[in-house]
Amino acid sequence: MEVLNTFFVAPFLDMGSDLIFLTEVIIGGMMAGIMYSLVALGFVLIYKASGVFNYAQGAMVLFAALTLVGLMERHVPLVLAIILTMGVMIGLAFLIERYMLRKLVNQAQIILFMAAIGLNFVFEGAGQIAWGSNVKKLDVGIPDKSFEFGGILLNSFDLFAACTAAILVAILALFFQKTPTGRALRAVADDHQAALAVGIPLNTIWVIVWSVAGFVALVAGIMWGGKAGVQFSLVLIALKALPVLILGGFESVPGAIIGGLLIGIFEKISEVYWGPAFGGAIEGWFAYMAALIFLMFRPQGLFGEKIIERV
Amino acid sequence: MTQERQFGNTILNVENVSLSFGGVKALDSVSFDVLEGEVRAIIGPNGAGKSSMLNCINGFYKPTECTIAFKGESHHQMETHQAASMGIARTFQNIALFKGMTTLDNVMTGRNLKMKKNFLWQSLYFGPAVKEELEHREAAERVIDFLEIESIRKTVVGRLPYGLQKRVELARALAAEPEMLLLDEPMAGMNHEEKEDMCRYILDVNEQFSTTIVLIEHDMSVVMDISDRVVVLDYGEKIADGTPDEVRANQRVVDAYLGVKHD
Ligand SMILES: Nc1ncnc2c1ncn2[C@@H]1O[C@H](COP(=O)(O)OP(=O)(O)OP(=O)(O)O)[C@@H](O)[C@H]1O
Ligand SMILES: [Mg+2]
Repeated sequence: MEVLNTFFVAPFLDMGSDLIFLTEVIIGGMMAGIMYSLVALGFVLIYKASGVFNYAQGAMVLFAALTLVGLMERHVPLVLAIILTMGVMIGLAFLIERYMLRKLVNQAQIILFMAAIGLNFVFEGAGQIAWGSNVKKLDVGIPDKSFEFGGILLNSFDLFAACTAAILVAILALFFQKTPTGRALRAVADDHQAALAVGIPLNTIWVIVWSVAGFVALVAGIMWGGKAGVQFSLVLIALKALPVLILGGFESVPGAIIGGLLIGIFEKISEVYWGPAFGGAIEGWFAYMAALIFLMFRPQGLFGEKIIERV
Repeated sequence: MTQERQFGNTILNVENVSLSFGGVKALDSVSFDVLEGEVRAIIGPNGAGKSSMLNCINGFYKPTECTIAFKGESHHQMETHQAASMGIARTFQNIALFKGMTTLDNVMTGRNLKMKKNFLWQSLYFGPAVKEELEHREAAERVIDFLEIESIRKTVVGRLPYGLQKRVELARALAAEPEMLLLDEPMAGMNHEEKEDMCRYILDVNEQFSTTIVLIEHDMSVVMDISDRVVVLDYGEKIADGTPDEVRANQRVVDAYLGVKHD
């Protein structure tokens, strides 16, 4: 009885008793969630266009943040440093296309996945060799203050980060749906061979998606790095995109966006209301757990189409 | 074909194309030519190497030794991108459409090589980029009208019946304004009426845009009706080449189709 009460009754009573606080928790969750959406979008783009499950996405976040901080430490002004870092990420996209994807075209997915794991270590190693492995402070000049809005407590930095991520997500979605390049990307994602036959250059497409993923990594690196310092754990935060992908489906852009928000909200709610029952600190693994349970009921994800094998 | 048809120069000349998969010789030293403006059929029993031949022409397969000359330019092997930009478009035996995209989007991808602005421009959605997009949109709509698929412009092609998918695939190929169309069994799996429609479209394309057509087809009456010359393959070898009447009278062709044992 006692157990039932702590897990299934008390948390809901808590939620009902203070609705303003619940709203704050949900908003906090959405702000974290939109960042997950952004990173998940990076995964989805690469997965759709080049069939690679990009395990290195987290390391790319770390690498981008380290590069940015490293440049700023050498007194490069912020805007210039961001542009230079983006240049580095685009350069890396070229290298990845040239020396990894081009060699592995038409290989089995598991081989591409192994390559991505390798890439992960390259990024981790290169970032630390180039810029050192200390925790670094990243100050991009966004105030980190709390303020009240309509009775709800908000944090200015979180709000800024969430807005940036939301705008970026919207731009990416439009880019994908409305522009000729976006159409070419969707075509490649849909059917490689047919895309080749109509003359869409696969190599160019790969460079573009990996550059976009690099850009997403940079933004995520700035936001998370600015909040918690640039350090190795950035790699792990990016892996939060994994449950998002399970929830949203690996191939779905709207899935990545909504999945990210849902994971963010669930994570915060569980931490606040169920955390004490578990003795705290469940934010770290709750998302994975939730995604696994979800997978049992809908293996194709929220938006994925049910695949029935033709026999 | 009743009236005498006039053709131009040789547009495609393939010489000694050989290709194997492991132990299987899919193509064994096959040569033939295609004249500008003609409808050229490739026929043969299952597994004869017909699709492989098309795949070599547009660069999906890399034959071991051969020369492929298109519009007088000679190549040892073709690259897919190169083939497409030289004016070769194609359809596939197992429809290769972008299943999650609409008919219009599919046809628009066919315009890809015609787009002059580079990728950076095409990533934007304003000014000159939009203007160019609209021009190509017009061209795509013309093809859609031509093949009478206006009603499914906005339908996701994965949901269309097979016969219509085949037509959308033809539309995408036509949107590239190709000089030569490679059609791999464009009428397979269609009913009689759909076949007749498809034949009419193919002949219309050939006449109105003077597009050269190379097609693979199993239905003999169709082949005899619409093609000017026929190549016959069997077990990777060319066993006959000529007008439909010549080919029909050829003993080796008759044997191959009746399954007479090779000696
Ligand atoms: N990608 C491939 N890998 C292995 N073998 C192949 C491949 N493509 C074709 N083959 C083999 O090459 C031979 C010729 O195949 P191809 O598809 O060209 O025949 P086809 O004449 O088009 O037959 P169908 O009328 O059945 O379409 C067959 O034995 C086939 O199994
Ligand atoms: Mg075939």
